[in-house]
Amino acid sequence: MLTVLPARFQAWFAQKGWTPRAHQLAMIARARNGRHTLLIAPTGGGKTLAGFLPSLIDLDERPKPNTPRGVHTLYISPLKALAVDVARNLITPIEEMGLRVRVESRTGDTSLAKRQRQKASPPDILLTTPEQLALFCAWEGARAYFADLQCVIIDEVHALRGSKRGDLLSLGLARLHSLAPQARRVGLSATVADPDDLRRWIAPAPEVADLVLGEAGAAPEIEVLLSDERVPWAGHTAQHAMAEVYETIKTASTALVFVNTRWQAEFAFQALWRLNEDNLPIALHHGSLAPEQRRKVEAAMTRGELRAVVCTSTLDLGIDWGAVDLVIQLAAPKGSSRLVQRIGRANHRLDEASRAILVPANRFEMLECQAAREAVAAGAMDGEARRTGALDVLAQHLMGAVCGEALSSDALFEETISAAPYQDLSREAFDGVLNFVATGGYALRTYDQFHRIVLGQDGLWRARNAQTALRHRLNVGAIVTGGTLTLRVSSGRHGGGRKLGEVEEWYVEQLTPGDTFLFGGQVWRFEGVSGNDARVTRSSDTQPKIPSWGGARFAMSSHLAGRVRAMIMDQAAWSKLPTDVQDWLGAQKAYSAIPAADELLVETFPRGKKHYLVCYPFEGRLAHTTLAMLLTRRLDRLGVGPLGFVCNDYTLCIWALEPMDGLDLDALFQQDMLGDDLEAWLDDSVMMKRLFRQCALISGLIERRFPGLEKSGRQVTFSSDLIYDVLRRHQPDHFLLSCARADAASSLLDIERLGQLLARIIGHIRPKALGRVSPFAVPIMMEIGRETVTGTASDDILEEAGIDLIAEAMA
Amino acid sequence: MSGPVRLEDGAVQVSVQGVSLALRPSGAVWLAAHQTLVVADLHLEKGSAYAARGQMLPPYDTRETLSRLGREVAALAPRRVIFLGDTLHDRRAEARIAPEDAQAVSALAAGLDLVWVVGNHDADGPVKLPGRCVQTVGLEALILRHEPQSGAQPGEVAGHLHPCAKVKGRGRSVRRRCFATDGTRLVLPAFGAYAGGLNLKDAAFKPLFAKPPLAGVLGKDQVHLIAWNQLLSDG
Repeated sequence: MLTVLPARFQAWFAQKGWTPRAHQLAMIARARNGRHTLLIAPTGGGKTLAGFLPSLIDLDERPKPNTPRGVHTLYISPLKALAVDVARNLITPIEEMGLRVRVESRTGDTSLAKRQRQKASPPDILLTTPEQLALFCAWEGARAYFADLQCVIIDEVHALRGSKRGDLLSLGLARLHSLAPQARRVGLSATVADPDDLRRWIAPAPEVADLVLGEAGAAPEIEVLLSDERVPWAGHTAQHAMAEVYETIKTASTALVFVNTRWQAEFAFQALWRLNEDNLPIALHHGSLAPEQRRKVEAAMTRGELRAVVCTSTLDLGIDWGAVDLVIQLAAPKGSSRLVQRIGRANHRLDEASRAILVPANRFEMLECQAAREAVAAGAMDGEARRTGALDVLAQHLMGAVCGEALSSDALFEETISAAPYQDLSREAFDGVLNFVATGGYALRTYDQFHRIVLGQDGLWRARNAQTALRHRLNVGAIVTGGTLTLRVSSGRHGGGRKLGEVEEWYVEQLTPGDTFLFGGQVWRFEGVSGNDARVTRSSDTQPKIPSWGGARFAMSSHLAGRVRAMIMDQAAWSKLPTDVQDWLGAQKAYSAIPAADELLVETFPRGKKHYLVCYPFEGRLAHTTLAMLLTRRLDRLGVGPLGFVCNDYTLCIWALEPMDGLDLDALFQQDMLGDDLEAWLDDSVMMKRLFRQCALISGLIERRFPGLEKSGRQVTFSSDLIYDVLRRHQPDHFLLSCARADAASSLLDIERLGQLLARIIGHIRPKALGRVSPFAVPIMMEIGRETVTGTASDDILEEAGIDLIAEAMA
Repeated sequence: MSGPVRLEDGAVQVSVQGVSLALRPSGAVWLAAHQTLVVADLHLEKGSAYAARGQMLPPYDTRETLSRLGREVAALAPRRVIFLGDTLHDRRAEARIAPEDAQAVSALAAGLDLVWVVGNHDADGPVKLPGRCVQTVGLEALILRHEPQSGAQPGEVAGHLHPCAKVKGRGRSVRRRCFATDGTRLVLPAFGAYAGGLNLKDAAFKPLFAKPPLAGVLGKDQVHLIAWNQLLSDG
């Protein structure tokens, strides 16, 4: 086996005191046979080196060229920071072996000068991101640039695959295959539920990549923190356990403290510093902080200067930090795959177990944490639904491809269906997208003289002109960050102070000048907004006036939900739970009922002057919210007078003027709500307008950036809403409206899961009319008022704010 | 002078410089005594203007705007319709307009007196489309023109600025087109389907009103009068 490794490389391994791992050698063998390969290995298994070894060997062995060569290996990572870090890590073996290999990274942060130099004189190995690949695809020089390309390595494939970004990357790889058919693909991934699906994703369809498995690491040690304090009924902050979390941090050399939202991160960071009598270096890292600030934290981490970092999913992936020996998950992990990924951030050595502690924030989360621990122990991952490629992304890609070189419809179609997410795309649907790119795809054909791309006499499509191509390149990318404002420290009247980070527009909208809130571990006073900046000044308050938003961002996975349901039903297993949780389950059993695994318990009871309906589907917040919206419409028609609802991952609660215990629940929960009721609700929802804006931006219908003029997110919001209204009225079957509906169904509404739920509970609804609130209902009842969702049209706001006409007349 | 009165059809009747007029939920002004309908800033063919530059916005804005106008005409049967300027988005708009949309304008003009007050986008007025072209229109104490003039302008009724109001509610806010009036002058919202809006709190409105104006915000079926202190700036 060792013979596959050339002498120079063998010597290097020996000098390091290492033995090449089986999967590293297997990767070399696959490369020699020119095979597309997927490597699945846990973190710490030398995965990155395994990916690059074949390229390093090939570069070392190939004869010295007479003319300068193009790029040999292209590496694509979901994170800019990872691309830069891998570049640094590769340089060590290259220098130690004395290889003549040039490695460079190229990201959105790379200077224009360096990018131009990279184009003129390509490195042997180029490390970059999906967005940069999309830019390459839209460049006229791409074919020549990649003429010598032998290998494309895609890192963290599992994280990229299920998103629009993954769709864009998949299409970019298909384009690259047309430019450089000789190049093979290598995918690097963490453990997934269905490797075959990823193997198909990696290779050009209909091929399937070979699979190489790394050795499994030691099983992680996961503990659910049983606080001395009792597990609280409700909440998302795990405040009750903060002192114990702090003590646990002290036992580790470096800990990563994961939370689910940036607001939870802010809260936890603040709480830990209040306890931090030892002045431990504890830092904060989340996606809203300014990039420079995040880089600082990452650098301090690399230097081993920090004892803990409170972070969100921004650190789920990324750079290897050898020193991390403890992962703390604050509040429930929401899925076993995410948990495994996060635990993998601790202890990057295969033979030692990673150590992780789960800290449930409330009683249902206690069950969820327990379920997650068991799932990881059993090696059970969350399944991922098979993805159908988004058509707005395809529109962007087709425009880019044609900006890069002249192409025929047939060639574009063949290339498109070789990308796994688009494998089943019909020619008709493809032609529709191409027509959209060319003319906007309108039934009213007044734009025939204004094509964005034009079909020549030779049957090839080209960008209309250089200006059109330039504008496309300025708008490449699948992530729409619209609706965020820059948070800036106010300095004098004209702003221009230090940038703190980005914050969502909806959050700013709820603030009035003078309000204080937490950001970056500081309490800030909101001063107002100018242009795209939310201006703040430092506040001396210790308690912010505006509470952090506490909901979970990710819905609990179906897999974990199933385990939680099973756990509740299995009364014999209750003894594994803390006593106060056991008491709570017992009280629920005595007063109301414990539903069987396939049952839906629906409780109704009066409280105050209102009547409540609480049910426990355990299908995640998104599916619950959709269900609540649709139920509310039905209840309205039944004359019950629904007033509002609130949902979390486990429960949904609706309150109304009239009692709901006499209702025919089978009819109320009937599956046909996913038909007309859903359509009628969606048509008018603000969410659809947001989704439409994203599709319009991604597809290139509206532009984020115009040469020399940057539109603010809010300007875009306004005009895209107008377009949405007009399009809906005049061409309701337009391609972009379908895109927005598809996005709504798959992401925000979780229609698939709701459909499964409604099917599952037919004939299994267990009504329980109660005289008062049940133990299970308490957590959700405590959330009422903290997070209100109303389904009503925005006109109500105008009604309320409107002034009495007579009073105004007398003024 | 009387105070604002809510009319049955969702409009609000106000008085500007002593002249009574109705602010309609569509964004139009109805002068019942003169059987005159006034609409501002239609920006016809704005969509195709973007398409000509390579951004393929839906081409339905003109027919959307005209059908909105058609509904007002059907409801009120005016003797005269006044376009308050920027009716066409640019000088080339007439070359791009779909024949059926041009036909709709002609049909509209057939039964009434169509008056085009010119604006900065359509300073020459229409070339092919019917109607007569003027700089201003005087009606009782009112002077109708496209661009509002700075300082006190008693009786001025204008468009150009596309006013809109942002109103805070519980948890979120809404931003809608609006009328703005202080009782001596009036600014109309844009009537065109693709016309954007400028927040009433923007500095551009400052030189127009001696005291804070009242916003007549366009709701779905009615105009809501909102006081100045209830309005938010865009920030």
